[in-house]
Amino acid sequence: MGLYRDEGIVLRTHKLGEADRIVSILTRGHGKVRAVAKGVRKTKSRFGARLEPPTHLQLQFYEGRGDLQIVDQAETIDHFRAIREDLDRLTRAVSMLEAADQLGLEGEPNPSLYSMLLGALRALADHCGPLVLPSFFLKVLALEGFRAVVDQCVECGQTEALVAFDLDSGGTRCEAHRSGIAVSPEARELLVDILGGRLGQALNTPPSSATIEVEHLATRSMEHHLERRLRSVAILDRG
Amino acid sequence: MTSVYAKPVQELIDELGRLPGVGPKSAQRIAFHLLKVEKGDALRLATAIIEAKDRVTFCQRCFNIAEGGMCALCADDRRDPTILCVVEEPRDIVAVEKTQEYQGRYHVLQGAISPIDGVGPEQLRIRELLARIDGESVQEVILCTNPNLEGEATAMYLSRLLRGLVPKVTRIASGLPVGGDLEYADELTLGRALEGRREVDG
Ligand SMILES: [Zn+2]
Ligand SMILES: [Zn+2]
Repeated sequence: MGLYRDEGIVLRTHKLGEADRIVSILTRGHGKVRAVAKGVRKTKSRFGARLEPPTHLQLQFYEGRGDLQIVDQAETIDHFRAIREDLDRLTRAVSMLEAADQLGLEGEPNPSLYSMLLGALRALADHCGPLVLPSFFLKVLALEGFRAVVDQCVECGQTEALVAFDLDSGGTRCEAHRSGIAVSPEARELLVDILGGRLGQALNTPPSSATIEVEHLATRSMEHHLERRLRSVAILDRG
Repeated sequence: MTSVYAKPVQELIDELGRLPGVGPKSAQRIAFHLLKVEKGDALRLATAIIEAKDRVTFCQRCFNIAEGGMCALCADDRRDPTILCVVEEPRDIVAVEKTQEYQGRYHVLQGAISPIDGVGPEQLRIRELLARIDGESVQEVILCTNPNLEGEATAMYLSRLLRGLVPKVTRIASGLPVGGDLEYADELTLGRALEGRREVDG
């Protein structure tokens, strides 16, 4: 019982009562924390805009009853203004937060997931590359033990003419064993860059039809793993 | 699991629990309060709900709450029809009206874009907004959505959509609450307040 401090990233919020919110936060040392922020919806709240996604914060929690904590203090480390003021980046950030929210567990620290999310948000704040989101998804899946095979056929091991990506077997396939989503040679190159140690280079790739393929493929892989659709993906394209 | 309450009681608790801001504990408290009060008092509440649901609709032009086809603000021809203030909910109109600073008309979106909840632009009254801009020779649209993630996303989406369709699209400013202390302001709000600073003529 009592107070504890940690740093964290605001994943999402829910309205609670008249003026409060429940805030889901991925912390470095305590896993996912759900905490009540009292009075945060009032314009004079001392928390102000700090508890809005995807703010990176230094926090002090007060241990509440049950699994809900209380936010006692919040100081901004980074409010990611570049993300919040650009719709394309914001929707991509929200998709990352949504996946992190699904994967993070309460009371179970996952420092690698935390670092990856923070790194991806920083990359997104830095520039709006089309591969930041898919790289985050593919890297997180690898962290979870589902590293996509992208340099050989998952059926026969052949390394040439890989033409498809199969979600169920988690990797690329050759012409003879093709199943799943078709993959262009350019898109496969990008997958190899992301998972094969040339992430920095991949993050600077300009938009192309290959980056769209990779984005689609990474999203489908994440959804396949989570066994649910990511609601925030492509929400603005449906209108 | 079977309920510990008689069926009508449980149903009342369940219905109350669906109201915004009412948790299971409060629902229980309100239900028992209603069972305890005079029958006339409880019936007055029931009648008020039925009356409101029967007589009050949404304004066919701006989607504010209205009695009849058009709301009082749309029916008032002293209001400037060339300026539209876009808000998320009817209660936001009440807040803006209280300032007594605004003489134009409104458009209620009936929500905000919320990517994480899967609420997209097609679920809001945006098509109707576009139709009004076309038909009412609107000169300025003021984006007056909440300064949170959903409201900001909605404002950014609309500013993109309306570019070129309306001569002027504006967003309400972010600033410090009057009467508050500067040292408690969060960095984002203070940063925007600095950006939006004005020359003073004291
Ligand atoms: Zn093969
Ligand atoms: Zn109206």
